[in-house]
Amino acid sequence: MDVVTPEHARIAEDAGACAVMALERVPSDIRAAGGVARMSDPEMIEGIMKAVSIPVMAKARIGHFVEAQVLEALGVDYIDESEVLTPADEVNHIDKHQFKVPFVCGCRNLGEALRRINEGAAMIRTKGEAGTGDIVEAVRHIRTLMSDIRRLQSMREDELFVAAKEMDAPYELVKQVAAEGKLPVVNFVAGGIAIPADAALAMQLGAEGVFVGSGIFKSENPARTAEAIVQATLHFDNPKIIAEVSKGLGSPMRGIAAASVPEVERLAVRGW
Amino acid sequence: MRLSEADTNPERIVKIGVLALHGAVIEHIEILRKIGVEPVTVRLPEDLNGVAGLILPGGESTTMRKLVARWNLREPIMALARSGAPILGTCAGMIVVAKEIAGGDEPVFPLLDVTVERNAFGRQLDSFETELPMPIVGDRPVHAIFIRAPIIERVGPGVEVLATLPDGRVVAVRQRNVIAIAFHPELAGETRIHRLIATMAAEYSDPAEGTVRQGSEPWSIGEAM
Repeated sequence: MDVVTPEHARIAEDAGACAVMALERVPSDIRAAGGVARMSDPEMIEGIMKAVSIPVMAKARIGHFVEAQVLEALGVDYIDESEVLTPADEVNHIDKHQFKVPFVCGCRNLGEALRRINEGAAMIRTKGEAGTGDIVEAVRHIRTLMSDIRRLQSMREDELFVAAKEMDAPYELVKQVAAEGKLPVVNFVAGGIAIPADAALAMQLGAEGVFVGSGIFKSENPARTAEAIVQATLHFDNPKIIAEVSKGLGSPMRGIAAASVPEVERLAVRGW
Repeated sequence: MRLSEADTNPERIVKIGVLALHGAVIEHIEILRKIGVEPVTVRLPEDLNGVAGLILPGGESTTMRKLVARWNLREPIMALARSGAPILGTCAGMIVVAKEIAGGDEPVFPLLDVTVERNAFGRQLDSFETELPMPIVGDRPVHAIFIRAPIIERVGPGVEVLATLPDGRVVAVRQRNVIAIAFHPELAGETRIHRLIATMAAEYSDPAEGTVRQGSEPWSIGEAM
């Protein structure tokens, strides 16, 4: 869960979040503010690390390996090389093998996921469209990723060479995914989750966990929304429980339809 | 051996639960399948029906504690453990079975007379892997992956030490049917610890011994045998 203060972090922890993302602004505010979005103030990140015992993540700009070095020096538990911040390099992502701290990176399809894993990402999240509260792009990306995987599984071995070329991904990783039917790292869904049913939808489509950004603290009742989203993620295949936890949560984040976001303001197209 | 008997007789396949609230669940499930045990994901008390053992996986102990309370899993899991079914806690699972947690956190399932310290090696940055002698599973060392791992500070009477780091710090223990290890065997493809649990589970549920468990609670063992 994205948090901007130690108090938010404690609410997320109490709700059963298994990690928090320390940010100066949640993605919907970054989107609204415009300008250049950078790494958060180390002091603010440290304040959040002190407030909770669950892991703390922080975001570095795509390609900004010095921001990543700073975050590693602070001792954060994970770094998100994130399209939510303004990219620092339009050609290269961070060489994540140079770090001890594990990285999570965004993707829209299998090729992008495997390029990030090849660079050393330890976790993958599909991007969705952060800060919108609209699940449509998240659904598109997890469906694309999962169907890319299923397509590889149906191929003859000699067809995997071309598949690797076409998706611009390392052959060895393509072969591994074809054999195992899943990514070699854990896979989350992010970008647009606002209500418990969104989280369960992501899980039923094949996620192993979810990232919730603006959806918690832009809702009317963050503590209850956070708790309900945790329970719906856990019991993703139990509609009765999802119904129960969804009752009376108040207004979810208002959101903006992802389709109405102009091309230049879309975050998911950052990174390649 | 009872386990291989179970393999060939679908009526008697041993079921072992994996507490699936959060954390490294799928890896345990895959290893159980590989060794011929039927894995059961446990999210609600009724999921414990018919399981002859339970694995408490790694993850965040804070998160697990909250979710155990939220879904009323504490009592049925304690009852399962008290009835003698094998319980394996790995990493955060070790924290949740300890009677005492350094720093004063309330215990979750107070089953093992030890004191554990959370994140004893520091944050995620300080994760490491090592080859660890663990005689209870054989001569070949275990490939142990430590991630934000806890450590055992105090070992109570009646608790057997199963493995220590070269500096003497205790990282695996057993007290009767409860085994706790600070590392993640499931991430390294290690199956021997799960085999040990499966053997204990098969003994626990062996109908030849007439040990169909009594009890009317939904989580009692009996009916699956």
